[in-house]
Amino acid sequence: MNDLTVVPTGVANLASVRAAFARLGCALVAARQPQDVADAAAVLLPGVGHFGEARAALDARGLAAPLRQRLRDGRATLGICLGMQLCCEGSDEAPQTPGLGAVPGRVTRFPSAVRCPQMGWNDVACAGDTTLLEPGHAYFANSFRLCEPPAGWAVATAEHGGTYVAALERGAVLLCQFHPELSAGYGEALLRRWLQRAAAEVAC
Amino acid sequence: MLTSRIIPCLDTDAGRVVKGVRFQALRDCGDPAELAARYQQQGADELVVLDVSATVQGRGHRLDTIRAIRATLGIPLCVGGGVRCADDAAALLEAGADKVAVNSAAVAAPDLLTAMAARFGSQAVVLAIDARACEGHYVVHTHAGRTGTPRDAVAWAREGGERGAGEILLTSMDRDGTGDGYELPLLAAARAATSVPVIASGGARTTEHLAAALRAGADAVLVASMLHDGRTTVAELKRQLSASDLAIRP
Repeated sequence: MNDLTVVPTGVANLASVRAAFARLGCALVAARQPQDVADAAAVLLPGVGHFGEARAALDARGLAAPLRQRLRDGRATLGICLGMQLCCEGSDEAPQTPGLGAVPGRVTRFPSAVRCPQMGWNDVACAGDTTLLEPGHAYFANSFRLCEPPAGWAVATAEHGGTYVAALERGAVLLCQFHPELSAGYGEALLRRWLQRAAAEVAC
Repeated sequence: MLTSRIIPCLDTDAGRVVKGVRFQALRDCGDPAELAARYQQQGADELVVLDVSATVQGRGHRLDTIRAIRATLGIPLCVGGGVRCADDAAALLEAGADKVAVNSAAVAAPDLLTAMAARFGSQAVVLAIDARACEGHYVVHTHAGRTGTPRDAVAWAREGGERGAGEILLTSMDRDGTGDGYELPLLAAARAATSVPVIASGGARTTEHLAAALRAGADAVLVASMLHDGRTTVAELKRQLSASDLAIRP
């Protein structure tokens, strides 16, 4: 896997994820049109910004439909933080804006009893049916999260004001609420496993 | 559960890591990218890089330093010093920062915090406060501690969180570089005043100092001199803290 196609979501800061993939021998290339997303061996839906604006950026380039199709087909796609949230049905961050709907459930804000935004390393636990995700500590920076483990996905969870979804996987789709690119050795090993899965998919 | 973070801080001047006592008498401590890689290797949870002469000299941050650090760093990077506007912050994020710390410019124009949060998200906005004790409260200082202001540090921490800062980096100027321990009353007051994470800074020399700050309500502790001087390592600090009841990432 030499190239990773990035879905532009407007404000996402790509320097860290670019550096992380460069260390794994992989360059980021921006998707310009719907066909780029459909044709790509592996797609990255990045990490930072506002739910409503990111969805608008997808729609402006017609990228929502090919992205939804990839997710449905289980083709190599990595969603990070907001990128994962966009795959859900919606978010309290932008109540009127629909998500891609590939993951059942809505994203809500952390309760006021806990520190918000959640900034730091949290303990990720796996239910046992995950094949990419492993238990360990990952770095989170988020105010919103998915609480209910969605049907049809293998789930990793963490605790902050109750249990929430830390990451999801299905086929070669990996959706992380945490930032693997900032999660030191734990994150690097996960990204390496995902790239291997993506490469195996291409070889089939 | 969320763990307490140990964050090495690199104060930089002219592309080198420096450290002083109470912001004065700076001495050379090495190359930023080398130290960043070493501290990550030791288990640092995050890294803070502050250009301590940028604001005073009226210039921006050295972006080449940030790019060199980012190339090898796989943990979060917070960068501060010389940030005058949202475009300065954008340049730092583009160079490889995950968060941008702002001090003097936010005091001069508090709307900057709101503008940065709207553009980059609160998780990318850190309000750095340099506080000095004065007649029973703490006073905000700017321009690397050279300029006093009428602002109360605890009230400013609260306001900063309300305006969009996702984190407060709270430095006690009285304790900075002294090794006398963190200013615990300042931390406790800030903790009570805001719901966003608070990073304790200034005065750490022993593991007990770190534990006391975390128990006083800090979500993270900044360490500099004790690491730069080679008196201990991040790994050793974490090993000792893990033996207590504090949640620490191994």
